[in-house]
Amino acid sequence: MKVVIMGCGRVGAQLAALLDEDGHKVTILDTDSYSFRRLPASFTGTALVGDGTDEEYQRKAGIEEADVFVAVTQGDNRNVMAAQIAKHVFNVPKVVCRIYDPLREELYHTLGLETISPTKVGAQLLRDVIVG
Amino acid sequence: MYIIVVGGGKLGFYLTSALLSEGHEVLVLEKDASKCDFICDRLGSVCIRGDGCEARTLADAGTERADMLIAVTDEDEDNLVACQVAKHKFKVPRTIARINNPKNEALFKKLGIDVTVSSTTLILEHIEEEVPTHPLVHLLTLKGGALEVVEVRIPPNSPVVDKRMREVVLPPDSVICLLIGRWGAQVPTGDTILEADAQVVAVTRPEAEGALRAALTG
Repeated sequence: MKVVIMGCGRVGAQLAALLDEDGHKVTILDTDSYSFRRLPASFTGTALVGDGTDEEYQRKAGIEEADVFVAVTQGDNRNVMAAQIAKHVFNVPKVVCRIYDPLREELYHTLGLETISPTKVGAQLLRDVIVG
Repeated sequence: MYIIVVGGGKLGFYLTSALLSEGHEVLVLEKDASKCDFICDRLGSVCIRGDGCEARTLADAGTERADMLIAVTDEDEDNLVACQVAKHKFKVPRTIARINNPKNEALFKKLGIDVTVSSTTLILEHIEEEVPTHPLVHLLTLKGGALEVVEVRIPPNSPVVDKRMREVVLPPDSVICLLIGRWGAQVPTGDTILEADAQVVAVTRPEAEGALRAALTG
């Protein structure tokens, strides 16, 4: 699969490394080239400096041929906007978007985005660990 | 009308002030405490501190009864999300988003924002109007500099557009000797009508140059 990841933070870099190991063709975007230090030396994909909320950089990252787009920057709204560009402008078959704010996550889920709220998931996990 | 303004920067402040003076009920949502204080000091208690993209803040603001939400922060993604949350969660009938990057205009329309205002495009247009892109061009200097031949393009908003030559008041010693319009070049008479975008070739004195340009371009 061709995968475009926006945001090379801990999660983005880790995901890129995992998918790369599995043999997928990964392109990872970040506005700061310093973020790419998080990628392992063995990473064979493409790291591209650019703003994923800009159609032009999504195109440069190969969004038109991509099977998957993942938005995992620190900004919920940036993720939401980039995910909607990938889904509605470039018709990427699978678009996944991280949204920390659970209420916003719920809304965009009902609007048809595939969303994950680490806040919700993390709190549930912790509760399960505590309550057993 | 009950209007919610997201973003209490300069634009948000002046917008709120204008809307209030027109008699609307306005509430500003602003993340920054000092901007909130600034607005409340000057306009009364019309500002709540909070993130206008958050459903909870919008619920506290009574967004479900709002007639309109206007998002004017300087981040396009924040304006997009504020409008989308207002529209889809709170069924606000009209959402207006400020756009900073002109490229986003089409995207916002596609994503269901009712009205977009591209501040960058507007500012650019205004500046372009002020920059003389078709200045008075010197074609020829006659008689040792006492007279000159110049060319001026008549802008569409000029007061002389659609006027007859005889109605146009030119500075002393200035004569229009040639008009180049859509239909080609012609030597004008008193009945010739000046068209927008026509090029005017005139003879004038150097000191009357500014006055001639003002007379033709407004």
